[in-house]
Amino acid sequence: MAFVTANWNPLGEAFYRKIELYEMGWNLKDGLRECLVAAAPYGGPISLLKGHNRRSPSDRPQLEIYSSSGLPLASFPWKSGVVKQLGWTVSDDLLCVQEDGTVLVYDLLGGFKRHFSMGNEVSQSQVLETKIFHSPYGTGVAILTGALRFTLATNIDDIKLRRLPEVPGLQGAPSCWAVLTQDRQSKVLVANGSHLFILDNTACTPVTPPGLSPQASSIVHMCVSFSYKYLALLTDSGHVWMGTSNLKEKLSEVDTKIKTPPKQMAWYGTLLLFPSAVVMWDGLLIVVGECKETIQYHLDDDSILVPELDGVRIISGTHHELLQEVPGACEEIFKIASMAPGALLLEAHKEYEKESQKADEYLREIKEQSLLSEAVRQCVEAAGHEHEPETQKTLLRAASFGKCFLSNFPPEQFVSMCRDLRVLNAVRDYTVGIPLTHTQFKQMTVQVLIDRLVYRKLYPLAIEICRYLKTPEYQGVSRVLKHWACYKVQQKEESDEVIAKAVSVKLADAAGISYSEIATKAYESGRTELAIKLLEFEPRSGEQVPLLLKMKKSPLALSKAIESGDTDLVYTVVMYLKNELNRGDFFMMLRNQPVALSLYKQFCKHQEQDTLKDLFNQDDDHEELGNLYVKASYKDQRLEARIALLQSAVDEYYKAKNEFSAKTTEDEMRLLRFQRLTGLWLHNNLQCTLSIQKSFLPQTFDQKCTLLFMIKTKNHNKYCCLSHRDMEGAAEAAIERRNESEISTVLSRCSATTDHLLMERLNRAKATAVKK
Amino acid sequence: MAHTEWRDAPELPDFSLLKRLARDQLIFLLEQLPGKKDLFIDADLMSPLDRIANVTILKQHEVDKLYKVELKPIVSSSDQLCFLIRPRIQTVKWISDLVNADKVAGRFRRYKIIFTPQKFYACETVLEEQGVYGDVTTDEWNFYILPLDDDILSLELPEFFRDNFLEGDQRWVTTAGSALHLLQSVYGSFSKVYGIGRCAKMVYESWRELMEEGEQRTRQPEFAKVFLVDRDVDFVTPLCSQVVYEGLVDDLFRIKCGTVELGPDVTSSDKSIKVMLNSQDKVFSEIRNEHFSNVFGFLSQKAKNLQTAYDKRRGMDIQQMKAFVSDELKGLKQEHRLLSLHIGASESMMKKKTKQDFQELLKTEHSLLEGFEIRECITYIEEHINRQVSMIDSLRLLCLLSITENGLLSKDYRSLKAQYLQSYGIKHLLTFANLRQLGLLEEQQAGETLTVMESKVGKLVNDKTVGKLTDAFSSLAKKSNFRALSKRLALVPKSGEEYDLRVPRDMAYVFSGAYIPLSCKLIEQVLERDGWTGLEEVTRMLNGQEFAVTGGSSSSEARNKTDAQRIVLVMFLGGCTFSEISALRFLGKERGCRFVVVTTAITNSARLLEALLDNHA
Repeated sequence: MAFVTANWNPLGEAFYRKIELYEMGWNLKDGLRECLVAAAPYGGPISLLKGHNRRSPSDRPQLEIYSSSGLPLASFPWKSGVVKQLGWTVSDDLLCVQEDGTVLVYDLLGGFKRHFSMGNEVSQSQVLETKIFHSPYGTGVAILTGALRFTLATNIDDIKLRRLPEVPGLQGAPSCWAVLTQDRQSKVLVANGSHLFILDNTACTPVTPPGLSPQASSIVHMCVSFSYKYLALLTDSGHVWMGTSNLKEKLSEVDTKIKTPPKQMAWYGTLLLFPSAVVMWDGLLIVVGECKETIQYHLDDDSILVPELDGVRIISGTHHELLQEVPGACEEIFKIASMAPGALLLEAHKEYEKESQKADEYLREIKEQSLLSEAVRQCVEAAGHEHEPETQKTLLRAASFGKCFLSNFPPEQFVSMCRDLRVLNAVRDYTVGIPLTHTQFKQMTVQVLIDRLVYRKLYPLAIEICRYLKTPEYQGVSRVLKHWACYKVQQKEESDEVIAKAVSVKLADAAGISYSEIATKAYESGRTELAIKLLEFEPRSGEQVPLLLKMKKSPLALSKAIESGDTDLVYTVVMYLKNELNRGDFFMMLRNQPVALSLYKQFCKHQEQDTLKDLFNQDDDHEELGNLYVKASYKDQRLEARIALLQSAVDEYYKAKNEFSAKTTEDEMRLLRFQRLTGLWLHNNLQCTLSIQKSFLPQTFDQKCTLLFMIKTKNHNKYCCLSHRDMEGAAEAAIERRNESEISTVLSRCSATTDHLLMERLNRAKATAVKK
Repeated sequence: MAHTEWRDAPELPDFSLLKRLARDQLIFLLEQLPGKKDLFIDADLMSPLDRIANVTILKQHEVDKLYKVELKPIVSSSDQLCFLIRPRIQTVKWISDLVNADKVAGRFRRYKIIFTPQKFYACETVLEEQGVYGDVTTDEWNFYILPLDDDILSLELPEFFRDNFLEGDQRWVTTAGSALHLLQSVYGSFSKVYGIGRCAKMVYESWRELMEEGEQRTRQPEFAKVFLVDRDVDFVTPLCSQVVYEGLVDDLFRIKCGTVELGPDVTSSDKSIKVMLNSQDKVFSEIRNEHFSNVFGFLSQKAKNLQTAYDKRRGMDIQQMKAFVSDELKGLKQEHRLLSLHIGASESMMKKKTKQDFQELLKTEHSLLEGFEIRECITYIEEHINRQVSMIDSLRLLCLLSITENGLLSKDYRSLKAQYLQSYGIKHLLTFANLRQLGLLEEQQAGETLTVMESKVGKLVNDKTVGKLTDAFSSLAKKSNFRALSKRLALVPKSGEEYDLRVPRDMAYVFSGAYIPLSCKLIEQVLERDGWTGLEEVTRMLNGQEFAVTGGSSSSEARNKTDAQRIVLVMFLGGCTFSEISALRFLGKERGCRFVVVTTAITNSARLLEALLDNHA
C-alpha cells in the first residue's frame, strides 16, 4: 500500500495530497485560455464562455456548460450583451453578469430562467468588475461600477440593492477587493495600493492587517475563506499574509519570493487544523500554510481553482484534480511506519488474507492496548476519505475484520459509511460527474444531493438513491417523481392524454404527491387542458381551487371548493368571484350553488344588507324579501319608517301570493298606527284599541279570543266597552267549555239592562257546570 | 339507585388532558404578545375559559385587565389589546372600528386577535375590507373540546345548530371534524364509525381527510365506536319537557357550561349561589339521572342518613370524636351543603311542576307522542297561546304537534299561526318562516304529492336546475314520518301499562315512560346490529344519509375485548339534551358499556327554539 502516500507532500505538521478526479471529457482546442470560467462548489457544473469580449454579431461567443467530469450539459451561442462574469448560485443556476448590470439566470441545462438588473446607476456607469458570493442568505452579486462605486445584492432571490459608500482616494480600479459576510451583513474589503478599507452599509473604514510586512507597497490579491473566517492577502513583495477576516489576528506570513501578480488565490477548507491558502501563477501553484514552508506544484496548463469546504479543486483543460490536506484518519493509517491502531489493523487484515499467523500478532498488539475499537473507527473513517473504491474496500474489509473481535461494537457507523460510499461512488461516476468528498456530502445532506441530481434530470439515479438510503417517501421518491412530472408536462411534443396518463401511472402509488403543483407547471407552460386533467388526480380539492381560479375556471373552482366541504375555501372563491365578475353573472353563478349562496347570504347579513335584497330580487324570492322588510322594520325606531317598511313587506307578500302573511302584516300596520307606540302586542293593547275603534280588529279575532281576553282583563278596573255581539260570542264559548269560572267572568261583565237573556243562559249553564 | 351496576363498567379515559392541552396553547399564544395587555373575551367564551384557565393563570401571563366583549366603545389605557373571540363577523367588525377609531385619534396600540377554535377567511376579509389587516395580528387557539364531565365533552358552539341547519352555513363542519381528530390523536383511533345525517357525513369526510393528511399513529384505541348523529334527525326529543332531574334543572334554571346559578328562592338565603353540576358532586351524581318524582324521596332518605352520621357523635369519647372531626366531618359538611341545595332545587321544582297545568302540559305532550286525542291537544295549545303562558312553550307545542302529525292541516295551521302572531307579536312571522324551513312547523301540502310534481318539472328543465329543484323539494318534503318511525322502532310503549319509574325498564323512563328518545333508540339499534342492516325502512324515513365505516385500527385489534372496546363515542351535531345523556347512561348500564357524549352544545327545547327566533330588534 506504499503507493497511497506517493502523492503526499508535507507542509509543516500536515500532509497535502493531490488526487486526480477526472480526465476531462471535453475537447477544448485552446484549453481554458481566454475563457470566462466558473465552476460551482460541491462538485458542481462548470461553465465556459469562449471569446466573451467579441462583439461582432457574426462571431458570437459560445456559452458551454459541462459537468465536473467535462461532459457537455449545454451549449449555445451567446446573443445577449457583453458578459463580465459567470457564476453559480447555491441551487446550481448559472448567473451571467453583463456589462450593463443585467444579470441573466440560466438553469444548468442552459434553459433561460429570468433576468434582473443591478440598478440604473450600474447600467449607466457600466460594470467594471463583479464578484458572485455565497452567504447564509443565498447567492449574492457585488459589482464595482465604472464610477468606482460598489453595488451589492445579498440574495438574488430577494433583490435589495445596496449602494456602498465611496472609497476615499480611489482614482482607478482598486488593486483587489473581496466580499465578506460579517455580523449578518455583507461587506466589501477593498485594497487601494497598501491601504485597506472595509465598506459596509453606512461607512468606509480604513483598516490595517496586524503584522503586515512593511516592505509591501501594495496589496495585489486577496481572498476570503469558504466560511468567511479567514483572509489572505498577497502583496507586491510576494508575501502572503494570512489572518482572520476581522483583521484582528495574524496567523502567519510567508514569502513566496514571486513578485509577479498571481492568476488566482484560494483558501483551503477551514474545517482543517492548519488553515492554508493556494496561490496560482501561470504554470505554478504554491501552497502556503502556517509555517514558513511552501509546497510547489508545477502546472502544465491554464487552470482555475475552485475552493471547497475541505480542499481546492484544480481544473485544467485536460484534468480535474483535488488538492487537500490528508485527513487525520488517513494520515494515521497510511503514514509510513505508522503504529496507529488503524494502521496495525490494516496490516493484520493483510496478513490474514495471506493466511499468515502475523495477523494474530498485529491483532494482539492492538488488543493489548485495548485500541481495537479505535482501530476499527479509524479504518471506517479513512475509507470515507479515500477516493479510490479499491482503497475504500480494503479499509472497510479491515474494519469489518477488526469488528469480529469486538463484542458490542455499535454497527451504525460502519453501515452508514458503506451506504454513503456507495452513493458517493455512484455520483462520482464519470457519467454523473459530481466529485463530492464525504465531508462535503455530510455538509450538503442527502436532500440537497437529490435536488442536484434532479436539476440534472437524473431522475432514475435520484430515485435509486432515495430508495437505497430509505429516505422517507415524502422527502425522497415522491419529491423526485414530482420534479419528473413537472419536467414531463413541459414536453411539448407529446399529447395531453399521453402525458396525463404517463404521470398518473408513475405517480399512482407515491405518497404525498401534490398534483396541483404539477398542474401549475403545466398551466405555466401554456397547457391549460393538461393542467385540468392533472388536477383531477389531486385528492385534496383544497389544492385544486387556487389553480383553477388562476386558470379562470371559476365554476369548476367553486364546485371543487364546495366538494371539499371547507367553507373557508368556498369563501375564498366567492370573494374572488365577487370582485372578478359583474354582479349579474356573480349572482347567476351563486344561484346554481346553494351552499355558496347561503354562505354569501350569511356574509351579506352582516356586511351588505342591500346586496341581500338584490339577491332575493334576482331570485324573485318575494317571501324572503317580505321577511327581510319585516325584520328591518323592527330595527327602525321611527314609526313612519316602520310602517313604510311593513308596507314594502306587504307588497312582497302579495307578490309571493302569501295572502296570510300580507293580511297579518297589514293588521300590524293598522295596529301600529293606532297605538302610536311600539313593542306591545295585540292582546296587551286590546283595551285601548278596542275602545278606540273596533273596525280594525282582524277577522280571525273570534269568540274564543274575546272570552280569553275577558279572562285576562278580569282584574283591570277599567273595562272597555264590548258590544252586545261580543258578549254573546264570549258567553257562547264559555258555555261550550262548561267552565264555571269562565262563565262567572262573563257574567260579571254583563249588564243587567242589555244582556238580560244572556245572563239567564249563563246562570243555567253555570248551575250545570257546578253540578258536574 | 334502582339500576344494577355492571361490575365491570369500563373505565373512561382521562379527558382532563384536553384541558391541559388547551391551557398550554393559550399560554403560548398569550406569551406571543409579551408585556402587559388587556384581554377582551367574547361573552360566551367566559365560562368555558374559566374552566381552562382561571384569572390567576391569565394574570401570571401578564394579562392586566379582563373585559367582556360588548360591541361598545372601550375604555382601556393599555397599549396592547388582545381579543379572544369566536370567529364572528360582527365581533371582527367591532374590533376593526376600534382600531380605526384609535388611528383617527392618533393612538398607537398593538392588537392581537385570537380566534377560537379557528380563523375563518370571512373574518380576515372583514379586516381587509375595513383596512386594518396590517394593524392586527391574528392567531388561532385550537380549543375544540371542553370536558364538562367525565362523559360529556362539549364544543360549546351553540350557533352550530342555527348556522348549519337553518342558514345552510357549513363553516363548523371542519371544526367538528378537527375535534374528532383531536380526540383520535390523543386517545387513539376508532374501530368503527356510524352516522346518520348530512352534516354527520360531512363531518366524517372532513375528519377522514385530516386522518389521511396527518401521520398515522398506531395506538391502542381507547374508544371502540363512534356514532355521529345530526340534530335534525330527531327534533321530537329535544322538544319534549324534560323530567329527569338534570334535564329539569336545565329547563328550569339553565345549566351554563356545567354550572347552574340557583336563585334566592332556592337557596333560602338572600343571594344566589353558583353550583358546579358534575359527577364530583356526590349527591347530584346519584340523582341526576332519576325521574324527578323519585328525587324528593331519595333526598329525604339521604338527609336521614346524614342525620344518623351526625348522630354518631353522641356517646363518642374524646379520641373517637377527634377522629370523627378530622376524617368525616368535613365530608359530611360538604354533603350537607350540597344536599340542602338540591333539596331546595327540587322543592322549587315540585312547586312548579306538580301544579295542575304542568300535569296537563305533560298529558298533552304524551297524547301528541301517542297520536291520541289530537283535537283536544289543539284546543289545549290554542288556550296556551291565548293565555300567553310562554312564548317558547307555545311554539314548542306547535312544533311537536306538527312533527308528530306530519304537518298541520291548512285550516289548523292558519288559525293557530294567526292566534300565535296576535298573542306574541307579528315579528314571529319570521320565526314561522324559519320553522317551516327546518321542517319543524309545516302546513300539509294539498293536491298532488311532491314526487309527482318533481318528476313533471324535472322533464321541463335542464340537469343543473333539477339538482336545485330536488334540493328544494327535499327540504319541502322533509316529512318527519314520526308516526311510522315510532311504530317501527316501538318508541311509544303501549299505553295503559303501569310504568314504575323507580325501576326503569327501558330508556322511556326519561320521559315518564311515555317515549323512548328516537336518537338514543337509533344508537341502540345500530350498535346491536353492528350497522344499518335491517333498518333500511327507518333510514329511508329519516331521509337516508346513513353510513357505517370500519375505522383505522385493524380488525384483529378490534376483536380484543378490552375495556376500550366497550366505550362508545356519540357525537350530536347541533346539540343534545340532558335527557338523551341520561338515556344513554341507562343504555350503557344495561349493555355493560359506557357512552361518551360529544356535543356541539347542550341544548333543550328553549335553546333550540330561541336559536330560531329572529329578534335582533
